[in-house]
Amino acid sequence: MKRILLWVPFGAFALLFGVVASGLFAPADRTVKSAMVGKALPKFTLPAIIETKPGLGTEAFTQGKPRLLNVFASWCVPCIAEAPNLMRLKAMGVPIDAIAIRDTGPAIRGFLERNGDPYERIGDDKVSAVQLSLGSSGVPETFVIDGQGRIVKQHIGDIRAEDIPAILEALQAAQ
Amino acid sequence: MTPAHIRHARLVPASIVPRTLLRVGKHGRRNKSGMTAGLLGLLLLAAPLQADSGLPPAALANTQLRDPAKEAKAQALMITLRCLVCQGQSIADSDADMAGDMRALVRQRIQAGESPDAVRRWLIERYGDYVTYDPPFNGATAALWLAPLAMLLVGAWLARGSFKRKRR
Amino acid sequence: MIAEAGLAALWFAAALAALQLALAAVGVRRSMFSGAAKTGADDVALTSQILSAVRPVAVVQGLLAGLSLLLLIIAFVRSDMSVLLVATNSHSDKPLIYKIAGAWGNHEGSMLLWVTILGLAGGAVAILEHRLQRATLIATLGAQAMIALGFYAFLLFSSNPFARLNPAPVDGNGLNPLLQDPGLAFHPPTLYIGYVGISVAFSFAVGALVTRDVGPAFARAMRPWVLGAWIFLTLGITAGSYWAYYELGWGGWWFWDPVENASLMPWLAATALLHSVTVLATRDGLRAWTVMLAVVAFSMSMIGTFLVRSGILTSVHAFAVDPKRGAFILVLLALYIGGALLLFAARVGTVRQGNTFEPVSREGALVANNLMLSVILGIVLIGTLYPIVAAGMGVQLSVGPPFFDKTAGPIALILVAIMGAGPLLRWRRDEANVVLGRMLVPVAATGITFAACAVLGRGIGILPLLGLSLAVGAGAASVAPLWKRNLRRTPLFTWGMVIAHLGIAVSLFGMASDSAFTKQTLVAARIGEPQRVGPFTVTLDHIRPVIGPNWSALEATLTVRRGDGAAFTLRPQSRFFASPPTVTSESAIATKIDGQLYTVLGQEDEQGRWQLRLWWKPFVTLIWLGGALIALGGLLSLLGRVRRERRVATREDEA
Repeated sequence: MKRILLWVPFGAFALLFGVVASGLFAPADRTVKSAMVGKALPKFTLPAIIETKPGLGTEAFTQGKPRLLNVFASWCVPCIAEAPNLMRLKAMGVPIDAIAIRDTGPAIRGFLERNGDPYERIGDDKVSAVQLSLGSSGVPETFVIDGQGRIVKQHIGDIRAEDIPAILEALQAAQ
Repeated sequence: MTPAHIRHARLVPASIVPRTLLRVGKHGRRNKSGMTAGLLGLLLLAAPLQADSGLPPAALANTQLRDPAKEAKAQALMITLRCLVCQGQSIADSDADMAGDMRALVRQRIQAGESPDAVRRWLIERYGDYVTYDPPFNGATAALWLAPLAMLLVGAWLARGSFKRKRR
Repeated sequence: MIAEAGLAALWFAAALAALQLALAAVGVRRSMFSGAAKTGADDVALTSQILSAVRPVAVVQGLLAGLSLLLLIIAFVRSDMSVLLVATNSHSDKPLIYKIAGAWGNHEGSMLLWVTILGLAGGAVAILEHRLQRATLIATLGAQAMIALGFYAFLLFSSNPFARLNPAPVDGNGLNPLLQDPGLAFHPPTLYIGYVGISVAFSFAVGALVTRDVGPAFARAMRPWVLGAWIFLTLGITAGSYWAYYELGWGGWWFWDPVENASLMPWLAATALLHSVTVLATRDGLRAWTVMLAVVAFSMSMIGTFLVRSGILTSVHAFAVDPKRGAFILVLLALYIGGALLLFAARVGTVRQGNTFEPVSREGALVANNLMLSVILGIVLIGTLYPIVAAGMGVQLSVGPPFFDKTAGPIALILVAIMGAGPLLRWRRDEANVVLGRMLVPVAATGITFAACAVLGRGIGILPLLGLSLAVGAGAASVAPLWKRNLRRTPLFTWGMVIAHLGIAVSLFGMASDSAFTKQTLVAARIGEPQRVGPFTVTLDHIRPVIGPNWSALEATLTVRRGDGAAFTLRPQSRFFASPPTVTSESAIATKIDGQLYTVLGQEDEQGRWQLRLWWKPFVTLIWLGGALIALGGLLSLLGRVRRERRVATREDEA
């Protein structure tokens, strides 16, 4: 029995080493994913941020057709990068709504003028309240919502050309 | 390992100086209003990588609740909630905009009468266990929570070997 | 030229380390098997020569490593931009002190500092250690050389500090003003001396295992090194905590951040080790504990180095995120620690013997002390690394202060109680009720404090309440060994023990007081409107712009009054740096005899009110004062032991 005890420290060290090495060679995913994926969209109503676009509420997502919900802001640099891809999605017939985080009307207007406007509605979330209720932790993020108001998929970060097929697939599956 | 998207008020240092031993808790560069810039009368650099919203913090982000008991409960909860856009800080210790919004959310709900546990559960429902610094006790964390007791018992048993055996 | 000379010195030092290891290995092996029949006078003489050669080699190796570091510092001082490290981390406009500190304020430079301290410490052991059996000493130097070789390899093959940059830029990048703070400049070397000093203890342990000489002599040789390293670790952690407190603007002084934990773990192991080594030195007990703790302490310091550089854990402290370098350190870790543990298992016979003792005795208390410290160490280690384990299971979670407070907190309190009782116990055997008699005053003090605080302070949590009470009791108990003693004739190391334990009690009192009694006021203040925090009234007089050497700031003038007392002024600032564009808040702190008033200026809101964060923190300074006392106690202990050893050596020579 005593003999075994002597190898316990070595064994404990091997375990420690394994944990540490695994952290090194399989680096953890640092993005914070929303835990709301698969659940119903929380109820919210957001006022309009610019006069030309209506505000956004949960009812918009229970009309039977899957839609995209894009969380963005005019002060967010990757949002500029993803704007062309959102325009492409819109051209393919995908309905896109947005929530503007901590933003102002003039800034949003300027952003849309510069980068294109793929949105049907834009909600004004001045204190990130709806963003928090969605489990979103930054901008930009895009949620695929099915026609019954259920969150089907979350895309974290800007939408790149190579991400478009996956989003289209998710929209298709949500039908 | 920079995340693909910019989070609220994430400080993205353009310099290549490593962040040596530096707790940069000051996330978010403040875009001072024109009034302040005028007050200073100095060249305040317009930060090129503006990763800050520029809007003022939410109402209850930096103001305490009137009721001291409720504020104490809110404060006790806030120091256990993780700032999601920071490098390891609670929302009570962070200057990030999103941390401020989370503080406002916590204070608002506690003022409305919700219990701190209910607010924590609401946030865990949205962000998973990552958002709380107090890991729940479940299958995945059983090893973590039981380890102290296990170590105490094993250590005590090992320490027995150092003591004289009483011979009858 | 200087950089090339530095690199050459480094290569020479590495070569000497290899020679040191080879000579030590051959010499020790020969001397251990010298009982064989074939040994003649020539063999013995050769063995003796080989063994004698090791000491000078160790000294020169250390000096060469030191020369290499000196040359790097010179390159920084001269702002030689053709050296890559200088170009990336320095700037010709930096003040001299930060140019020097910049030499080690980066990955490569800090690794060079590491091997320098390692080499110089080895050289010091070679020069100063005379009472240890020669074979054991040489084995120790051999182990030291082996550790050094790994780090030399790391430096020379993957982290060359002297790499050139061609063409050299006009000036460097390293003008980050946030790094130009005296605390931040000298925090690394202090901690490093601590980390690397522990390696000497490790080398002693390995040396003693190799030569099967785990006994009082080995313990006496190792003790000053453990004490020295421990003193520096204590100072480094205390200074780091205070720096974070005044710099970060939220009044916190410990965050259980992974890198903070990485500095705490070697300290915990070193504390257990320095207690254990005394038992081994005086009573020849706790052999296995002492050797194991020496190995654990060094492995913790290596794991700390790894964590800071590898990026596997999220931390604001992360030095450089480079998995490749992390992998190298990991391999070194596996070799050294794995090897040491295998050696331990193989030589267990040496550590099996040793004296035993009754549970109620000074040794018993020390065993309990070791146990508690080890459990806290285990908790901190598991808590810090658990997110990685969870990620492996597909779960993303955070482990932070709530976990550590709930698990390590109570055990730390038990430990403080043991610390109070321990010095009052007799060696070998004591009786429980007699001990309790000696403990009457401290126990009473604890009880009274508990009752007073429970009654007077509503709403204090149970942990802070117990912390306050035990701190008072432990404080009384720590000075108890001095009662009824002739203070002039009390040995210096007893004073050291008393002051160090008193420091723990003082620090605990500060921590508990901060948790229990801090008053916080967060408010959007108008000019002229008085705000209350604790016993103070704070009025914002005005905000004005202020210009500094490389920053501009908005400074608030706060008039503060305590009750009806005299008014004083505090000026917190919100500072803007241009390159890189950053905003920091400079807190304004007023230190009173019974606490600190901590003020921070925030942003202005749309209604022209200014965000103010105000804290009244009673007795918070005791935290760091206690830390300083602990280090002082360690120093007195070290001096006392060294003096005692000298006196014994002189007496032996005279005998």
